Amino acid sequence: MRALNAGDFVYLLQGLLWTIALSFSALAAGGLLAAGIVALRLLRSRAIDVAIAAYVGLFQGTPLLGQLLFFYFGLSIMGLDIAAFSAAVLTLSLYSAAFLSEIWRGAIAAIPRQQWEAGESLGLGRLQTLTSIILPQALRAAIPPTVGFLVILIKDSSLVSVLGFVELTRAAQIINNSTFHSFTIFGTVALLYFALCFPISRLSRRLEARFHQ
Amino acid sequence: MLRYSDLLAMGALRSLGLTALTAILGLAIGTGCALVLLYGSRRARPFVTGYVEFFRNTPFLVQLFFIFFGLASVGFRMSAWTAAIFALSINFGAYTTEVMRAGIAAIPRGQLESAASLGLGRWHTFTDVIAFQAVRNVYPAISSYIILLFLGTSVVSQISAQDLFYVASFIESRTFRNFETYAFVSLIYLVIVVLFRIASALVWTFVFARRG
Repeated sequence: MRALNAGDFVYLLQGLLWTIALSFSALAAGGLLAAGIVALRLLRSRAIDVAIAAYVGLFQGTPLLGQLLFFYFGLSIMGLDIAAFSAAVLTLSLYSAAFLSEIWRGAIAAIPRQQWEAGESLGLGRLQTLTSIILPQALRAAIPPTVGFLVILIKDSSLVSVLGFVELTRAAQIINNSTFHSFTIFGTVALLYFALCFPISRLSRRLEARFHQ
Repeated sequence: MLRYSDLLAMGALRSLGLTALTAILGLAIGTGCALVLLYGSRRARPFVTGYVEFFRNTPFLVQLFFIFFGLASVGFRMSAWTAAIFALSINFGAYTTEVMRAGIAAIPRGQLESAASLGLGRWHTFTDVIAFQAVRNVYPAISSYIILLFLGTSVVSQISAQDLFYVASFIESRTFRNFETYAFVSLIYLVIVVLFRIASALVWTFVFARRG
């Protein structure tokens, strides 16, 4: 057992940077995937809808911990010698896409039907109505919950520690194992997460309030 | 995998029991906090808001480690199960506070006034007028939070509380079939979630949707 020093704090900050990198990569990749899913849903094909519902149900109905370990081990069995970081980004992206596609689909569905009809009566095609009438409005509605989801993602990224990848929570465990100053370490780590998440939560709420004005 | 069916069943029951217990405790905390936010003293409110914000903006895993390892290091030792119940309840309480607050606040003020004009006291106003509507208001949100809670209980395996997910890591360590084990156990969670969703939709249709 040794005392905590400044080096430990720097180590935690490095972990924090990895947490941020992990969350934002997953948000970006998951967002792209979700956009694709939402586009596929607009095709209104029964088969595609069923497949997407199964995908979303699978990722929303199983523990993220299970998903992470499944992909981590699954990919290595397939012969892909995959680093913990890649497995983590892959899993978190698939996980995010399931949630984001639902949020965005909801935002589009919330636009009154008449707006589609209005587009049609102006002689716009479906795609044109979508891009110039529906999406600009849906985007405004979708931004606050998307920002809110980022907070969920940052918090959930702590589970990546089980793969041994050194993000903030894993960094804390490692320092804890050699110093046993558990109260200070996990307290500090909680505060670091809070410092990261709280401003984003507030931003999300502010955007939400502005949207409803 | 089937050789371990007894262990898996026990793990599933424990995870379900843990979910039920902490959902009740968490809802009690959430309702209490919501009442403080709505009717409590002005001085108490910042504490409730602070609690809610803190627990909603930090990962559950870190909260669990803090309660289990952190508190033990300053002399408050508890078993993994106690820590798990404690952490899950406090966490769930923070999430349900806002739902309960909004659910109660959504009841029109006029109803309180009519209850008062009918001579109902505070208690009867609450039990006869508010309670059913409040429960109906919060029901959809609370049922989806309970699903998240159930999936989240898997995290307590990280402090070796022997829930369903802990059984998975035990089987994995025995069989070295990591990939199949986690796939299979995740499917058990999925089946329970789907059954819960069906049950919750039925309750909604038969209990809440019919009464205006």
